[in-house]
This record gives sequence, C-alpha cells and structure tokens, in this order.
Amino acid sequence: MLGKLTLSAIPFDQPIIMGAVGFMVLVGLSVMFVLTFLGRWKWLWTEWLTSVDHKKIGVMYIMLAIVMLLRGFSDAIMMRTQLALASGGAPGYLPPEHYDQIFTAHGVIMIFFMAMPFLIGLMNIVVPLQIGARDVAFPFLNSLSFWLTVAGFGLVNVSLGVGEFARTGWLAYPPLSELQYSPGVGVDYYIWSLQISGVGTTLAGVNFIATILNNRAPGMTLMRMPIFTWAALCSNIMIVAAFPILTVTLALLSLDRYLGMHFFTNDLGGNQMMYVNLIWAWGHPEVYILVLPAFGIFSEIIATFSSKRLFGYAPMVFATIAIAVLGFVTWLHHFFTMGAGANVNAFFGITTMIISIPTGVKVFNWLFTMYRGRIRFPSPVLWTIGFMVTFVIGGMTGVLMAVPPADFVLHNSLFLVAHFHNVIIGGVLFGYLAGLTYWFPKVFGFRLNDTLGKCSFWCWLVGFYLAFMPLYIVGLMGMTRRINHYDNPDWYPFLVVAAIGAVVILFGILFFVLQIGFSIVQREKTRDLTGDPWGGRTLEWSISSPPPFYNFANIPVVYGRDAFWEAKRKGLKQPSTALRRIHMPRNTATGPIVGAFSLMLGFALVWHIWWMALVGLVGIVLSIIVHSFNENRAYYVQAEDVARIERLSSRLLAH
Amino acid sequence: MNRLLRLLPLGATMFLGGCNWAVLDPKGQIGIDERSIIIRATWLMLIVVIPVIVLTFVFAWKYRASNARARYSPDWDHSIAVALVMVLLPCAIVLCLSVITWRTTHELDPYRPIASDVDPINVDVVALDWKWLFIYPDLKIATVNEVAFPSNVPVNFRITSASVMNSFFIPQLGGQIYAMPGMQTKLSLIANQAGIYDGISANYSGGGFSDMKFKAIAMNSLEFGDWLAKVRASPKHLSVGTYKVLATPSEKNPVEYFSDVDGLLYERVLHEAKGESEALCTASRE
Repeated sequence: MLGKLTLSAIPFDQPIIMGAVGFMVLVGLSVMFVLTFLGRWKWLWTEWLTSVDHKKIGVMYIMLAIVMLLRGFSDAIMMRTQLALASGGAPGYLPPEHYDQIFTAHGVIMIFFMAMPFLIGLMNIVVPLQIGARDVAFPFLNSLSFWLTVAGFGLVNVSLGVGEFARTGWLAYPPLSELQYSPGVGVDYYIWSLQISGVGTTLAGVNFIATILNNRAPGMTLMRMPIFTWAALCSNIMIVAAFPILTVTLALLSLDRYLGMHFFTNDLGGNQMMYVNLIWAWGHPEVYILVLPAFGIFSEIIATFSSKRLFGYAPMVFATIAIAVLGFVTWLHHFFTMGAGANVNAFFGITTMIISIPTGVKVFNWLFTMYRGRIRFPSPVLWTIGFMVTFVIGGMTGVLMAVPPADFVLHNSLFLVAHFHNVIIGGVLFGYLAGLTYWFPKVFGFRLNDTLGKCSFWCWLVGFYLAFMPLYIVGLMGMTRRINHYDNPDWYPFLVVAAIGAVVILFGILFFVLQIGFSIVQREKTRDLTGDPWGGRTLEWSISSPPPFYNFANIPVVYGRDAFWEAKRKGLKQPSTALRRIHMPRNTATGPIVGAFSLMLGFALVWHIWWMALVGLVGIVLSIIVHSFNENRAYYVQAEDVARIERLSSRLLAH
Repeated sequence: MNRLLRLLPLGATMFLGGCNWAVLDPKGQIGIDERSIIIRATWLMLIVVIPVIVLTFVFAWKYRASNARARYSPDWDHSIAVALVMVLLPCAIVLCLSVITWRTTHELDPYRPIASDVDPINVDVVALDWKWLFIYPDLKIATVNEVAFPSNVPVNFRITSASVMNSFFIPQLGGQIYAMPGMQTKLSLIANQAGIYDGISANYSGGGFSDMKFKAIAMNSLEFGDWLAKVRASPKHLSVGTYKVLATPSEKNPVEYFSDVDGLLYERVLHEAKGESEALCTASRE
C-alpha cells in the first residue's frame, strides 16, 4: 500500500534532524495560525497563490529563495563547525551518513532552490516592466512554472523528515548514485525534486524568451533593450538549451535505478563518464545562466547610481552573447582528471580562458561607467563594488584552474570550493541581493532600510573573505573537499577561521532579515511616492510604485536607450492618448493544483507507491486538459476603471 | 570553545612557517613543474587583476557624488582607447596563457612516461571501498594503503577502481587522476627526494571516504630492497579468494602486505566491471 514507506523512514533517533523538522513544522503551523487568526486564507488564495500577475509570482519566487537560503546556510554552517571540530582524530558531531547528506543538500538547495528561484523571481518582476509589457507572454505558464518549482522545493524539504537525502555530492555522479551503492531513497528524492522543478525552469525559459522577443513596447529595438533584459534573454536561451540535457541525464539515471537499465552502471556496458559529461554539459552553462543576469543587475545599478550612461552598451551586449555561446563549450574543464588526453584537455582549457575576455570587457565597462560619474553609495552600490573586487579574484583562480596541469593538483580540493563560492557568492548572490534592494521599492512601494542593508553587506563581505580565503590556503595544503574529519594539524587553524567567517555571514543574513522586517514596520517613512526613488533610467521607473496590476495604462513608445532617463532630461511626455480598456488574464487555480499533483507524483515515485503515482500523473494530465477547455481565461479592465486607478496613482506621483 | 580560542594565535605563527604547503612544496619533478605553472599563471593574471581592483577603489572615491570638483560627463559612454585596452590586454594575457596551456598540457600529460636513465617501476592501483590496493606486477607483490618506490625512479601507475569513482592523488609528488571502474587511467610520477608523502582519494566515494588515505614512501634503493624483503616475508597471498574478502567495504584499513599475487588479478578487476570476465566480488554496501 505504501511502497517502501514505513514509520522507520522518519529518523526519530536523530536529534539534529528532528529538531530541524520540528522547527519547520512549528514555523509552518504559526504561519497557518496567523492566517487563520487574521482570516486571510481566502485572500492568500485569490490574491497570491492563484495569481498569474508576474510581479506577484516574482515575489513568491523570491520568498521561496530566501527560505531556502536560510536552509542552505544552516547546512553550510553545520559543515564549517563540523570541520572546525573534527580535527586530529576527533569525529566532530556529524557522522558521515549525516554529513554527506548535508553537503549534498547544501549544493542542491543553493543552486536549484535558492539561486534559480531568486533569479527567475527577479526576472519575473523586472523584465516585463523594463520592456513596457503588461505581463509575460504566457501568464498561466508562468504560474505553472512557479508551482512546479514549489513541488520540487516541497520534495526536498520532505526528504529531511521522511527518509533521507542523497549522499552523493550535488551532481550525484554514478556509480555512487546507482542502486548498487545508494540503495536508499536519497538519490530518488534528488532525481524527482530536480526533474519536477527542472521542468518548471525550462518552461520559465520558454516564457521569458517569448516575452522578450514579442512583448516589447513599440520602438524598443533589441539594441535599445535595458541591459538586464539582454542578460535575461541570453540566460533564458541558455536555460532552454541546457535544462533538457539535465532532464535527459537524470531520466537515464532513473531508468537505471527503477528499471534496471545500464546507462551508467559498472556492468553491462554502462559508462559513468557519459553521465559526468552530460551533467556538466548542463552544469557549466548553469553557472552562466545564474551569473549573466547578475552582471545585468550590476550594469543597471552602476549606471543609475553613477547618474551616467552605461559605458560601452554594445560591447556589453556582445560580451553577454559571447559568454552565452562559449559557456557551452567548456564543460570538460570540470574533469580534466578523467584522462581524456592532452589535446582534449588543452582545447577545453583554452576555451575556458577565452571566456575571461568578454568577462574582462564587462568589468572594464563597469569601471568606466563609474569614471566621470556622480556616484552615490546606497547599499546596492556597495554590493556592486564588493562584487567587482571579489569577482576578479574568483575569476583569476578560475582561469588558473583552467590550465590542466594546475588543475591536476587543485581539482576537487578546497581551493576549488573556495573558487566557486568566490564567483557564486561574490558574483551571483551579491548581484541578486543588490537587485532585490534596488527593485524592492518598485514592487512594494517603499525602500528598504539602507543602514541595515549596509550592515548586511559588510557582514557578508567580511564573512565571505574570512570563510573562503582560508579554504584557498588549505586547498593548496592538499585538503580535498567533502571529507568529514582529518588529522593534519596544519589545516586546523584555517578551518577555525573559516567557521568564524560563516558566523559573520550568519550576521549578514540576520541583518538582511531584520532589514526586511524593520523596513516593513517603518514603511511610511520610506514610501516611494514618485515611482522613481533612485533616479532611474529605464521604463520600470516611469510608473508608480507599486505599479498597477496592468503595469502600463498606455504602452509607452520608446525612442532610444535609457528611455525614461532621456524622457526626464528632455522633458518628454508620452503622447497622451485616451485610455482604453485593457485585456488581462484571469487568475487560475490550475497552477497550484498541478503543483500539488506533481508533489504527490514525486513523493510516490520516491517511495514506489505506484497507485499514488498514477493518481498524481492522471491528476496532472486531467488538470491541464480541464484548464485547456476553460475559455473564460481573460477579461477587460474597463477604461473608466483604468482612469480611476491612474488618477489615484498620479495623485500619488504628484506628491 | 576553549580549544578553539587557544588555537587562534597559533594560526598566525603557523601561517609564517612550519606549515606543510603540499601543493606549493612539491618533492617530485611533476609537482615542481605544476607549481611553477600555478605561479607563472598567477603573475600573468595579476597584471590585469591588480589594476582593476585599484581602479575600482580610485574611481569610486574620486567620482563620489559629494566630490563636486571631479568631472561629470553623463553622456560619455564610449572611447576607442579604452575599448582597445579592455579587449587587447585580456587578449594578450589569454594568448600567453593559451600557449603555456597547450605546451604544458602536453609536457605534463599524466600518461606521458618520464624520461629517465633508470628503468621505471610499474604499480597497478585499484581503488576499493575504502582503501587502496597496490599491485607490483613485475615484483609479484601487493600492498594495501602503502606504496613504496625508490626515489629518482619514475613510477608508472595504472589505475582503476573496483567500485565507485575515486581520484588517486599524492599532492606533494604531482597531479591526480580519476580511478574509474571498468576503465584504466595512467599516471607517471617521480620523487626527487626520499620521504613519506600523504596520498589520498580526491573524489568523494561514500561513507568511508575521509579515511581512504595511504602513505607513499620514496626511499633510496637500499631501503627499498629492505622494504621488498619485508613485504615478501608476509604470509599473506593475494588470490581471487583473498581479494574478494579485501574488496568488501571497510574503513580505516591497516597497511597490509601480500608476498604473492595472482598475476592476472588487476586485469580481471579492470574487465570484470565490463562484464567481460567472471564476476569477482563487487560487494554491495547493503
């Protein structure tokens, strides 16, 4: 009846896990209690969960990302304390079977359930506003993408309390991830959470490509698009090209595990290196999928706060495109040590280095955007400058490891761990947090507290250097990654410093959470009545904060780059045509329903509960069919209603 | 917590000296060459990295909004001179690095035998759960978690795995290479100095991974003779039967010596995974 699932799947004997589960259940219950107490369930359902509004979906994506940032960071600080304790024969407090799940979960969570939702959330909020659109091209698909991501998120979190998570490392290399060596359900949780959320991500990629190519305001040619939109376009093209590889790779692995096939097993012709090649053919583009939009965010911020045009718009665009293309031909540098031969290794080493040229162009562009500017220093700019300094160091160690003979001694060491945290924290995370601070007032109508933002920045920056510079050093001292304990006394002091760094980052996160809470309490003081709190340059700042749900009453006409900045400077007004009725999509419950069935399907597949899997699958298909017969999917906002809403917001703008 | 605090100042002194910098303190020619590449490449890249970092701070300070004396050109968004520098300088550095990469990747190809006047010594390596088996095909002996060879003699390793993927790595002698089931990789190393070097698996392979360590002992030929005699005095023989016992998963395996070894064992381990020979013991971990 319940497949492999028994009561013993719940690790009652593990106090750390039960504590974490208890805490999560407690938080969940208190949220439910508050919602019931305030009578807000219906509001939550109609205004948020079933919403197809890109801004609300974006906000929900980012909330998901922040929750997972907290969970991924808990994993991180547990690893750092374990290694600060488990020296000289001491076992530490996390036995391998738990520790190995933690480092796997940390990687999976931070990439798939923190960075990706954060990115897609930011794109959701910003892209339609920047291109003068009323929503994304396929609003229902957007809701569906989000709810599939939520289903994956649910599965990962269920794995904490019911069963286990994979103990394979975040890419689950076979044969370790095959049934023979990982007979438990951990790898199955891994596979299905990534498959379900991966479908969501691919659909989001399709949606954004269509949105950017089709829904731009009249006059906004490709070379007039804001640079973040350009980065989003390239990133989404990469998503659509790369994520199917991940889906197929994991599907092959699941065929091995579920149907006894031999794609990657040790016997009967299976080849594990095929998996390693495939997973990195997705995995390397993935890092550029994450970082290109972060580059776009920095470009927007540095131009806005330098009150100056972005230096070298065209080179920036071409550099972005070049990185998006080259990102697909470097994957082998993740396993030079496979023994592919000198020609192959040298080829991939050199393609990797070539990427540093367009990346270098970008860095110089940011530098010369600051040159002869008038730079203000609110927290988004601090994140940007912190990024520029930190990222070039990470880029340097990356190019260093692109030289195969150097990689032979640095591969899989903590030097490598330090390198990719250097680019992912210093590049991706700093970028997303900067973007969050920058666009927050647009979404919510009030600014975040800048002092607390700066406190958060400094803790993150200092914490990052304290946590990861020692890892570069122990990497050079021959410490490999993913070990649980060690007896080399030379490493110990560095690992203690790294643990202290993690604590400083913890303060960075606490300040960030405090910043959001405090800013909500103080929102009347920082309310943005102008719609343009920073002296912005692009269309999203031309409308009120928060924007009306249809974004633009009249679709703006664009005459050049930095459309809003030029309009402000030259005193241009948009042609005042009469307001017309606006065609808007209706909310739909299909997204959350399909998400729930997907979660059911995933859980059932993990535990081999076949009847439940069937229910989940049939549920998904039926919901989609029913939805496709629903013809009442859109409605008109009448012109007088638009006029009323606009009068309200222009009264606000006139303040 | 006390223990942590006590060790903080110690960290500073350790930083200055006494540390074993493994990768930066190689004792074998391959490792020395690899270190020199790391250092050369780092210097080359610092040519552009340092100016970028300095300029970031200089521009941020000079063009701060409160500095009214600094020039402000809100429409200045291109410059041929800057464009040339920002493209050509990284191009030049990448070109240098590419030449270095192409040449050193071939020179330091792990498969390439090391040129030497003396005959190399052959060692076949099998990664097991969670220990290293070393088979000396010419000397007909085998060891576990300890590999010895004369210094200044090239060592040709042939490497495979009997279970999952590992990576064979002696940081002070030179680079690593994967140990993969059903596949064979090769690695040539040489120790320029006698010494006992740490050897590890550098690719996570499951629960016992952290203790999957061995000692690589480079000794002069006299000592190596003694060591051989010691191994040959061992009563243990490595046949298919004893191998099956050895291959069952174990952690913190002690050093073991086998005075005799089935001559075809390595080949059988290698091909077993492909289903081309009778099944040995691929012990499941359940």
